Amino acid sequence: MGIFSFLAIFIMVRRVQASFKFSPLRAKWMPQFTTVTWMSIGLYVLAQAILKEGIVLILGGGSLLAVILLAEKEPDFNPFNSVIKAHYPLAGVSLLSGIVLIIAHKFYNDYDQFFIYAILAAFVWTLARWATTKKERAELNFVTQQNQMLDKLVADRTAELTKQKDELQQTLDLLQTTQQQLIQSEKLASLGELTAGIAHEIQNPLNFVNNFSEVSMELIDEMEEELAKGDTEEANAIAADIKQNLGKIIHHGKRADAIVKGMLQHSRASSNTKEPTDINKLADEYLRLAYHGLRAKDKTFNAELVTNFGEGLPLINMVPQDIGRVLLNLFNNAFYAVHARQVEAGVEYKPVVTLSTHQKNGSIVISVADNGTGIPGEVKDKVMQPFFTTKPTGEGTGLGLSLSYDIVVKGHNGAIEVQSKEDEGSEFFVTLPII
Amino acid sequence: MHTKILVVDDEADVQPLFIQRFRREIKSGEFDFSFALSGEEALNFLHDHHSEVVLILSDINMPGMTGIELLARIRHDYEKPPPVVMMITAYGDDENRHQAQEKGANEFLTKPLDFNLLKEKLYSFIQHD
Repeated sequence: MGIFSFLAIFIMVRRVQASFKFSPLRAKWMPQFTTVTWMSIGLYVLAQAILKEGIVLILGGGSLLAVILLAEKEPDFNPFNSVIKAHYPLAGVSLLSGIVLIIAHKFYNDYDQFFIYAILAAFVWTLARWATTKKERAELNFVTQQNQMLDKLVADRTAELTKQKDELQQTLDLLQTTQQQLIQSEKLASLGELTAGIAHEIQNPLNFVNNFSEVSMELIDEMEEELAKGDTEEANAIAADIKQNLGKIIHHGKRADAIVKGMLQHSRASSNTKEPTDINKLADEYLRLAYHGLRAKDKTFNAELVTNFGEGLPLINMVPQDIGRVLLNLFNNAFYAVHARQVEAGVEYKPVVTLSTHQKNGSIVISVADNGTGIPGEVKDKVMQPFFTTKPTGEGTGLGLSLSYDIVVKGHNGAIEVQSKEDEGSEFFVTLPII
Repeated sequence: MHTKILVVDDEADVQPLFIQRFRREIKSGEFDFSFALSGEEALNFLHDHHSEVVLILSDINMPGMTGIELLARIRHDYEKPPPVVMMITAYGDDENRHQAQEKGANEFLTKPLDFNLLKEKLYSFIQHD
């Protein structure tokens, strides 16, 4: 009967060894496994050959107990703890049977079947525990595999998402660059619209500079003649005229100078320096530029310009070229609207664009009104959106009002609003705080 | 005998310029200049001084009523005697010239004005009279 304890040791070692198959623990414990396997076989064969049955039982039970105690101490065998513990009954029953067999031989012989059943039952119990452990381990393995699959899946998805995020980031960078370029090209486009107006605006003062210079030279000749005649009174009168002319030359020279400076400011990428600005002067300047710009492009176009400038308005801290661009955009839109209506309505219609400024509740309100086509209700909410345009492809970028909105609202803490009625006209209000 | 000329231009400094450019002629009483800053103002002036004005020099590009519109009104309202109308424009383009001729302009000049040429034209029209 001693064989069962040795058999149990043998099976235990084989099973543990088998489950370590793909683990580094296999290499670590291999010598011990081999030793214990051979020792259990050798010990059994030897004991069976030379020792009595009782001693073999005690030796088997003791060996099993020793293996159990040793295995329990090792953390590497923790996963098998419960099944190893299941060997206690077999070790106990074997030891007990051996002791009883030696010290009460007769008693043992009378009841030997009980001892045999007990040992068999204890052995079968260990086998049963191994069987259930195998199932549990199989389930555990399955779960582990599932976990690994899920981990891999998660890793794959994460990699995919990271890749997508990188791609989106690249797209976003590209879009931001494109947006900057579009803003720049919108500025250039409005500069193009300005150029004709600017050319007209510069030509006039230049003509005056040339004319007043020429006439002054003639006057000097005349003055010399008068002086030669001795008519100092007339000479003085001519001198006064020359002085007046020089004043005109300076005035018109400065006028051209200011226009060129304004043009440079307009094309500059962005300076963002706010300075106290006379809004009436700025608005008037851009109104003229916008009007002459359009006139230069389309000679048949004409509109009445009405200005109602509020008197005594304080200077407003602003980036003049930015607000200038906003106003230019509003004027251009107004002219576009009246022109569109003029084409439809014909001679009876009189296009009027009105520019007004006034002070209201700590702010200055600039209003640009036209009696043009007006904005249909369904698109009124969209006019400030980027890329929204009602103009034919190629004529408008759709960025004018959206950039104006950014400049006024984000750049100057102001507001930009629109009132419009289809076929009656539109009025845009730009409100800028005085502080 | 002096010739009354109405100059219509939205640039105010056109007035001292003309007065100086034609100072000899004004002094000698050959020419008498009046000025208007817009087409509307010019029509008001003509309404009051129609019989005196012989010659009108008008800019085309003005806010409000354009020179072309002014010309059309003059040709419509004042048949006898028809004043001489000379158009001036900064945009020396064919369309403006064509329109001006169609509406009955006697002459078409481009800015910057050549005052010697302008004088020649003025004399030629006066002699025609």
